[in-house]
Amino acid sequence: MSAMRRALGLSPLTWALAAMLVALVLVLPHLFAPMHWLFPQIERPVYERASFVELVLSHLTLVLASTTAAAIVGVSAGIFATRQSGAEFAPLINAIAAIGQTFPPVAVLAISVPLLGYGGPPTLVALAVYAALPITENTIAGLTAVSRDVKDAAEGLGFSRLRMLADVELPLASPIILNGIRIAVIINIGTATIGSTIGALTLGSPIIEGLSASNPAYVLEGALVVALLAIWVDRLFEDIVRAARRHSGLVTSDADAAG
Amino acid sequence: MIELEHVVKRYGGRGAVDGMTLTIEARTLCAFVGPSGCGKSTTLRLINALIRPDEGVIRIDGQDIAAIKPETLRRGIGYVIQSIGLFPHWNVADNIATVPRLLHWPKARIEARIDELLHLLRLDPGEFRTKFPHQLSGGQQQRVGVARALAADPNIVLMDEPFGALDPPTREALQGEIRRIQAETQKTIVFVTHDMDEALRLGDRVAVMQSGKLVQFATPAEILAKPANEFVRQFVGGADMSIRVLAVARVAERMRRDGAAEGEPIRERASLKEALTLMMTSGREILPVIDDKGARVGIIRLTDLAHL
Repeated sequence: MSAMRRALGLSPLTWALAAMLVALVLVLPHLFAPMHWLFPQIERPVYERASFVELVLSHLTLVLASTTAAAIVGVSAGIFATRQSGAEFAPLINAIAAIGQTFPPVAVLAISVPLLGYGGPPTLVALAVYAALPITENTIAGLTAVSRDVKDAAEGLGFSRLRMLADVELPLASPIILNGIRIAVIINIGTATIGSTIGALTLGSPIIEGLSASNPAYVLEGALVVALLAIWVDRLFEDIVRAARRHSGLVTSDADAAG
Repeated sequence: MIELEHVVKRYGGRGAVDGMTLTIEARTLCAFVGPSGCGKSTTLRLINALIRPDEGVIRIDGQDIAAIKPETLRRGIGYVIQSIGLFPHWNVADNIATVPRLLHWPKARIEARIDELLHLLRLDPGEFRTKFPHQLSGGQQQRVGVARALAADPNIVLMDEPFGALDPPTREALQGEIRRIQAETQKTIVFVTHDMDEALRLGDRVAVMQSGKLVQFATPAEILAKPANEFVRQFVGGADMSIRVLAVARVAERMRRDGAAEGEPIRERASLKEALTLMMTSGREILPVIDDKGARVGIIRLTDLAHL
């Protein structure tokens, strides 16, 4: 077990959170008694319209699919903006990424409904558009932060532009880019819940239904699972980013020993 | 052989390099020296096509470099810069292997070459191969930087103020390494510095630059004996001139083949300044002289130093 943990580079906290999440999802349907004690006036205090396993899987699918699409678009846009040929577009791309993030996600969702109807697809698109922004911004920041000296040396030693990007720039920018993806995933885990207002099956379903039917027990159950999921994924990324930094030799040996 | 012919590079209308013509012979070390902004670094970067000249022709071994794909050209030329620019995410071995990998050398040959270069730069492969740049001192980093430049065995190595950021003892040690490596490997080295002492100590020939123009191109001894103009005289430093001559001339040029002496010997490749230092610290007026292999070849006296 400890060998596997080291191989994956995951911290004990991440494993503990994963175990808690699994336990919570499996145990929730059987919590009639404590929920009834907490909310005695509610007749059916445990959400049963869909199983929590189903909700988590559907939620994660939406988040993963949208973030993957966003990562492809965002990293490409970031690379383009930092190339010589794309330099003219850099301020524009940067502005879109910065201004875009000030839009509330609900607004993005509202705009995508008339275009794509109700359900999963509009939610997916809205999440992808929203997630592309921090990823683009961080890709630009990460690539810009690669030291001029290192790029000068690489150019002088005879790297082609493509080799320089693949072997030098992207690896060195990867911790910052991964942080952008992490921000996007965390935002999406929260925002995906709103997808249930337009008919997508997510962990927001019990929350939305609980709010409209005055059933705080549903709200509590949905919120607990979403919160734990977000915290777990955040820790997971923490581990991944640290592994990336260690792998790229970007940490001091002290921090290495501590990590 | 590197030839520059009427090379001009302008930045904002001003000639950073202004009509430069010179020939750097193969297997020699040519030191470009001048104040900052004189165009010496620009000249260097013109040679490996990091920048293109506005006018003029640059030829390497008779071939116009404008006709060579820049990446191909640069893979055949070693490049060392002041800021070193090691790849922080690669260990020492991977850094040194950079150009051989770009050239698709077989793995075994690359591995052997890494060890060979670490030995050449006096870094123990067992200890240093797997270290990352941030775990090395400045001097060790630049040793790796030099090893990386030499990795694919280029005929030409360009060095842009390579030791400018290092402390004086480290700097002197690395200057010694460069002379030794140049003697052993017979590379053509183009070395840029703003330090006249460094240029005089290292260069077979020294190119003094001022405002984009070449003001003197000569051996260190000639530059000291006959500075081309007041600028060069000032730059060489009038009062310290004779001390500088001691630093430039070798023991081999002044020693006697006959005679005997006792005590700690001096190498024939050492400078007269080192000989004088040894005489003063050991309180002797005569030193035995040895060659590279440690065999006695003669003596040098205090009075031999004075015949300028």
